[in-house]
Amino acid sequence: MKLSSAQFKHTARKNLHDVRLQQALHRLQERFVGARAAALTDIDDLPRLRAAATEIRQHALTHLDVYLEQFERQVVASGGQVHWARDAAEVNRILLELAARYQVRKVAKSKSMVSEECGINEMLAANGIEVIETDLGEYILQLAREPPSHIVAPVVHKNKEDIADLFVRHHHRPRTTEIAELCREAREMLRPHFLSADMGISGANFLVAETGSALIVTNEGNGRLVTTLPRVHVAITGIEKVVPTLEDVSVLLRLLTRSATGQSITNYVSVLTGHKRASDLDGPEHFHVILVDNGRSQLLGTELEAMLRCIRCGACMNHCPVYQNIGGHAYGWVYPGPMGSVLTPNLVGLSEARDLPNASTFCGACAEVCPVSIPLPDLLRHLRVRQLEQGLRPRRERGSLRVWAWFAQHPRAYAWASRLAARLLRAVANRRGMIRRLPLAGGWTDGRDFPAPSGRTFRDLYARRTSS
Amino acid sequence: MNSRETILARVRRARTSSDAVIATRLREHPRGPLPNMSEDLLTRFRERAARLASDVQGPLSAEQVPTAVANYLRERSLPVRAVRWPSIGSFEWGTVGMSVEARAARADDMVGITGAFCAIAETGTLMLLSGADTPAATSLLPETHVALVPISRIVARMEDGWDLLRMEHGLPPRAVNFVSGPSRTADIEQTVTLGAHGPYRVCIVLVADAVTGIARPVVG
Repeated sequence: MKLSSAQFKHTARKNLHDVRLQQALHRLQERFVGARAAALTDIDDLPRLRAAATEIRQHALTHLDVYLEQFERQVVASGGQVHWARDAAEVNRILLELAARYQVRKVAKSKSMVSEECGINEMLAANGIEVIETDLGEYILQLAREPPSHIVAPVVHKNKEDIADLFVRHHHRPRTTEIAELCREAREMLRPHFLSADMGISGANFLVAETGSALIVTNEGNGRLVTTLPRVHVAITGIEKVVPTLEDVSVLLRLLTRSATGQSITNYVSVLTGHKRASDLDGPEHFHVILVDNGRSQLLGTELEAMLRCIRCGACMNHCPVYQNIGGHAYGWVYPGPMGSVLTPNLVGLSEARDLPNASTFCGACAEVCPVSIPLPDLLRHLRVRQLEQGLRPRRERGSLRVWAWFAQHPRAYAWASRLAARLLRAVANRRGMIRRLPLAGGWTDGRDFPAPSGRTFRDLYARRTSS
Repeated sequence: MNSRETILARVRRARTSSDAVIATRLREHPRGPLPNMSEDLLTRFRERAARLASDVQGPLSAEQVPTAVANYLRERSLPVRAVRWPSIGSFEWGTVGMSVEARAARADDMVGITGAFCAIAETGTLMLLSGADTPAATSLLPETHVALVPISRIVARMEDGWDLLRMEHGLPPRAVNFVSGPSRTADIEQTVTLGAHGPYRVCIVLVADAVTGIARPVVG
């Protein structure tokens, strides 16, 4: 997927004035936030379940090498094959080799964010292989030639009228804006592709080390179709997705689906182990798993390791006041919202995504809703420090921080300067105690008034209280 | 160094793994916190399955099953031709005017009849295993999925399903599918629509008697 994180500010500003996008984001927030809250009331002891989920993911990361090797052994034992890919280029090379080996002309895909990372659709198409996205949202995006704007609801930025227009252009059928009719139309257009595809590509929500299984969580059934009907199934996923046992999966599922869409369980949870057995009536003849590193292993053992616990539920973005206002495209890559603001700089380079660690008010909602307790604001703060150390922030910002740091280390000067500032601000405020326009703080005062301080500093008040 | 070795070396640089800890975890596969369930399993299963938009019938005796299935289909003006898991035996489909074939499902099949390995009361979910006599596509390609589930195979939670799987099969088959109602999508305006790429409706017929072939796949 093309990287455009560098245009963050520009896109964010544009999106803030896009009325239809704002309506769509409002709807997302209304549905997903409410549904999650309602679904979690079903859990008897949420803190305990969350601690257990966190422990499972952290345990798997702590012993990642051994679990990956165990997973590989089990895949081989069930007749499958594991491929290791250092980066996107290697994923594409492996896929192309597999496509050649099995004479693949058509690929049916279910939703996979890792495949978006690697840009496999463009690569396959460039090599003369037809690729069909079969998740309804991803199919719509493929027709529109747009990237996803949410990891669970990829087409959240479009309304039904947009989709109706798109379908008329591509399907040449009478226009309908009935959602059920649109879904039926997509089903009828896609069914022949499931039946004629040579290869099915899926992601994996989890890999189970105990059994060598790839597990996928879906609602539409397309994930089941692409892993059942084509001759070849390839699951592409990150190395961090491995968990020890089937029991661990059960714990994580209880939180994943509730956090993502507010469902107690998704319609389908498929645990896929190896290829079709000798006497089976259906299933793929070949089973391959591509384990993708693409920058993940460099997070291990660092302050950012906790990010690898992520189970991609999307709750952090659904609850983020920044995401809720600017939408997913502003983040400029595969992963939006707080989790994307941590992942993207790490996977594509901090200098390519310098606004993302700052796209947060640090309100902490993301960390509060994260089912695997990832301290997202802490990780973002860490990236901000790293940016400053690498000289990636504007000179004026660095200069201001240096000035502030000097004052903060000289208490007398600090007291004097803050007393002066408090009085000055008080003096320029209007009768309601508000400041309409403030030099160097246009970002604040362009949109709203700045409340002036009372004129006395905390130190003044404290000194008076303790003396009386 | 090939990619496998490179990635594992990068991972190992940051890890201190203890094989003993891992071997124990894999062998004992400890359960996490389990949800409490006050109701009995049958009540819980029926209530949860209905909540996920499955149509639940019964419990019925084995003889009542064909009539119930035929009525379900006719009430909805659905065809009474169906494909079934070859594992399902001993039902008199012909006497209720149904034509039921035992084979793998095809794209033009409108009704698929399966059993279930077990059913999970916690969420109202069916657990299906692929196998020689229990193909995976029967519950997927047709627009209507009818599942026959003996009430003796309703277990409390997913973890009980894993235990049954280990006990009765050892290793998992190619596909373990948990099915919780008709396929659905909320991709367009976050509006839930039933019937995406899989079935539009799931009819669960609870069966009171033990019937061979509907719960455990008969390995052929």
